[in-house]
Amino acid sequence: MSAQHPLRAYRALLGSRVRAQASYRASFALDLLGSVGVGLLEAAEIYVIFHNVDALGGLGIGPALLVFALANLSFSLAGVVVGHLDELPTYLRAGTLDAMLLRPLPVLAQLVTSDVSLRRLGRAAVAVVVLVIALPLAVDQWTASAVAMLLLAPLTGAVIFGSLFVAAAGVQFWLIEGYELTNAFTYGSSYVSAYPASVLHVAVRSFFTFVVPAAFTAYLPTLVITGHPGPPGLPAWLGWFTPLAAVLTAAAGLACWRAGIRHYTGAGG
Amino acid sequence: MRSLLAYGVAGFRRYAAYRSATVAGAFTNTVFGVVKASITLAAIASAGGAIAGYDARQGATYAFLCQALIAPVAVFGSRELADRIRTGDIAVDLARPVDLQLSWLAADLGRAAYELLPRGLPPLLVGIAFFGLTVPHEVQPFALGAVSVLLAVAVSFACRYLLNLTAFWVVEMRGLLTLYMVGSNVLTGLVVPVHWFPGWMSALATATPFPSMLQAPVDVISGRAGGWDGATTVATQALWLVVMLGVGRVVTARATRRLVVQGG
Repeated sequence: MSAQHPLRAYRALLGSRVRAQASYRASFALDLLGSVGVGLLEAAEIYVIFHNVDALGGLGIGPALLVFALANLSFSLAGVVVGHLDELPTYLRAGTLDAMLLRPLPVLAQLVTSDVSLRRLGRAAVAVVVLVIALPLAVDQWTASAVAMLLLAPLTGAVIFGSLFVAAAGVQFWLIEGYELTNAFTYGSSYVSAYPASVLHVAVRSFFTFVVPAAFTAYLPTLVITGHPGPPGLPAWLGWFTPLAAVLTAAAGLACWRAGIRHYTGAGG
Repeated sequence: MRSLLAYGVAGFRRYAAYRSATVAGAFTNTVFGVVKASITLAAIASAGGAIAGYDARQGATYAFLCQALIAPVAVFGSRELADRIRTGDIAVDLARPVDLQLSWLAADLGRAAYELLPRGLPPLLVGIAFFGLTVPHEVQPFALGAVSVLLAVAVSFACRYLLNLTAFWVVEMRGLLTLYMVGSNVLTGLVVPVHWFPGWMSALATATPFPSMLQAPVDVISGRAGGWDGATTVATQALWLVVMLGVGRVVTARATRRLVVQGG
């Protein structure tokens, strides 16, 4: 492995992960099925709610499904790439990370390429199906800005969720035993983002918009796509700041990670 | 009996040792409680004030009681026993002169006893402060509720034990664990009360032991199921416990015979 061709090294790492997953076919199929199950059961919650009501947080079933689909699509795409950063506390305890520190490649890049969870694509597939069902229900008139936002949202959303996972991983260097704390922000914002942010109390809503930008992954883009004005204090035009939110979250995530790795003093070996 | 008690005390002590894990978990349960209560309240408001007999206050109470019970009941499953099966450590457990299933049950009850207050109180206090939860004013819901929570933990254990035993046959059980986690998430009534389900879905849920883990104890504590209703709710839990523990015993017998054949 030569330092002049780091890309080749990553390609080798990634390739081995993909081959490893493909070689245990039965196990991979079960994992994939589990992931589809996750997507379907998450959708069941929306189904049960709309079995009882016509609108939630001011959105009808079409726009509400669009929020759900966009949130799930970006979250599962992020999960494929960085979802396994969740396992960092296990790596820290086992001392696996120390081996990575010895290699002449950035640790985060090694961690990201050490596993790519293709099984999580099952949940993304469910999200795409819901998206296809939701779009004709949610959108009356297709404008250029609606199309642009529809293409932009899954990518910026994935960057936001991915950055939250990186930030959470960085914080793990301090927490270790209290690793569950960051779940409130990673899985918490995934849960929040799948629902109209308008259901939240204004203080909680502001937190999940301006501190942890969950509302930028699906709710605000949906307002732009459907031409819905949005609740007080959360105007639809804010949706156009989604790329900025993604860049800022990525910067914050990397900063957290760098601070964490600098703080790390080894597993004690 | 004395050795089972020792397992219970060990389970309690073991979890009491991880204080920051408890604090972190309680925080996360509380944040999710706030979000879930908000969604529940928005749905109830949108339906004109009540869904399936839940008004705003009862809806919020439901959401926070569920969050308080998640950790003690261990709704999402566990894989500790499965890990011992895979590594072969199970042989040590089997060599002990204590029943495998009962010793793990005792340890799990000890764990739940520890987690009840430090993981359950914070979400409830936040719910009372910001969402004005209702608390019954009689003794009966609390007395019967204590029995119901104990049964809920035991039913949950019996199901998790069975899930873990699949490790004797299946090498990688991550997919199964994921399905269990998400299945229990919906069928226990954690995300939305089972009473809100459309007919076919609630029939499906009540044909499983899952509602006995959360919906049942929350119904009893909140006073929704009182009197005769409360008695039948608890009786249903007891029935599921007997069934699931029984199945667990049969499967344990088959699995250990298999282990002997494999490992000598």
